[in-house]
Amino acid sequence: MATTLQVKPISQQRRSWLSRNAGQLGLHAILITVSVLFLVPLLVVISASLTDEIALTRNGYGLLPSQLSFEAYQYILLDPTQILRSYGVTATVTAIGTIAALTVMSLLAYVLARQDFTWRRPFSFFVFFTMLFNGGLVPTYILITQYLKLRDTLWVLFLPYLVVPWFVFLLRTYFNTLPKEFIESAKIDGASEWRIYLNIVIPLSTPALATIGLFCILMFWNDWWLALLYINEPKLYPLQYLLYAILRNAEFLSSNSAATAMLTTVKVPLQTIRMAMAVIAIGPVAIAFLALQRYFVRGITLGGLKGE
Amino acid sequence: MGAPGLLVLLIFSYLPMFGVVIAFKDFRANLGIFNSQWIGLKNFEFLFRSPVLSRITTNTLTLNVLFIVSGLVASVGLALLLNEVRLKIATRAYQTVVFFPYFISWVIVGYFSFALLNADNGLINGFLTTLGQEPVAWYSSPQYWPWILMLTNIWKSVGYGSVIYLAGMLGINQEYYEAAMLDGANKVQQIRYITLPHLVPIMVIMTLLAIGRIFYADFGLFYYVTRDNSLLYSTTDVIDTYVYRALRVNADIGMAAAVGLYQSVVGFALVLISNWLVKRVDPERSLF
Repeated sequence: MATTLQVKPISQQRRSWLSRNAGQLGLHAILITVSVLFLVPLLVVISASLTDEIALTRNGYGLLPSQLSFEAYQYILLDPTQILRSYGVTATVTAIGTIAALTVMSLLAYVLARQDFTWRRPFSFFVFFTMLFNGGLVPTYILITQYLKLRDTLWVLFLPYLVVPWFVFLLRTYFNTLPKEFIESAKIDGASEWRIYLNIVIPLSTPALATIGLFCILMFWNDWWLALLYINEPKLYPLQYLLYAILRNAEFLSSNSAATAMLTTVKVPLQTIRMAMAVIAIGPVAIAFLALQRYFVRGITLGGLKGE
Repeated sequence: MGAPGLLVLLIFSYLPMFGVVIAFKDFRANLGIFNSQWIGLKNFEFLFRSPVLSRITTNTLTLNVLFIVSGLVASVGLALLLNEVRLKIATRAYQTVVFFPYFISWVIVGYFSFALLNADNGLINGFLTTLGQEPVAWYSSPQYWPWILMLTNIWKSVGYGSVIYLAGMLGINQEYYEAAMLDGANKVQQIRYITLPHLVPIMVIMTLLAIGRIFYADFGLFYYVTRDNSLLYSTTDVIDTYVYRALRVNADIGMAAAVGLYQSVVGFALVLISNWLVKRVDPERSLF
């Protein structure tokens, strides 16, 4: 009697566990499918980079290498000069650009945040108006190439991006939340404006600066636009632009002429080399960005919901 | 203190604004902007007579509308799904996967799409062949490209979009759901009558902001994913790619400047209109 009483509820419970969680299981099924579909392009490129060239031509791209081969990576390692140089250009531009952009933007945002600054409103409008109207590509291009003569310089890879109006306003909003008393009491103690900015405002704003800094790093690291317009000299190719150049013309795979001659005469695994290059370019950075993902998420909600 | 920032904007944003006069000149590099001859509206006369303008305008607008609608549905849909997952580790894993394309540059996305779409040995044609279907020459079939671009755009941006709506869902008072459950409302009803109505303001704002940018196209998407393939221009050539080509490939500076000014002026008007609308919906979210 007692046992039958016990059995019934358990079987009911089992059934109801399934029926209660059918929704959750279906949900996971959908989300796993979506996730797999999202990863397919990445998997295909990685697998192609590890496939034998002839097998790739014959069997096509797949999720797994049809015939495993490290030939493409070996070729790249034969003469990695151009890749290392491009990595160097990108790293330099990203480092200098991010630091410079954070400095310039935080200074500007701080000035605009100070309620006692007389020109606050006109200057805010000055920054803001650039979000509404721009002169377009042609005047900018002519200005930079003909008048500023910045073509084929490192400068052109970060100067035009130093001030992102949207980031300036996010920083200004953040600075506005800092307690006014700190600044006022420092002023009474005779601290200069620079001292207040450096010793009070900046240390109090590290979370905001770190978030904006991450977006700047992403912006500089992934940029190909400035190079597409203003860089012709292979020595100054940033990583993303090198990838583009390689897709168009395999010559850029190799910087020394002997190897280039070899490239044109010997049968070279061109398809797989290209894919291997893409993997090398994505690799370490994508992992770093993914690790920092939650800070990006925080930044987006900051901008998406509190942006003003 | 703010001087460096203002100077950067002055040089890289304001000087080009005065440069729009190029559209009314016969620009010669050796003469510079000031000494090139004024030719009035000649560039525009030529532009408005050519069939190009209507093509790039139509493409820009229709594709952006497609992106706005599909992006909204996908972002909200994904956020709803993610919000229902009870296992928090799983939520984070899914979110990481869908967020990852956000970190990938368009150049690399171009590699991805090439691996999937190239006619000879791309993954999708391989798949079609396995199913016994005829392979498709994707890079010379413009009719498919609005959809390919739409899917690429969703893939790249839905992680970002869903974050915004997820944050919106976190702001909804749990008591609504408790009350609804007491009344016997199921999940679908809860989403239909509680979650979605609460998200409507964010949806409206995001859409209006996107409409403000509808005259501008995402150059990287249209340039790298299509591989700047001229066979596809009929459905994929947009204002931004056209201006770039006119300037850098055809060196037709007058035409490029005229189209650029057209984009700036119409774009400016659209931002003002959308902002005016945003202000009526929710003054706190308007840009000005």
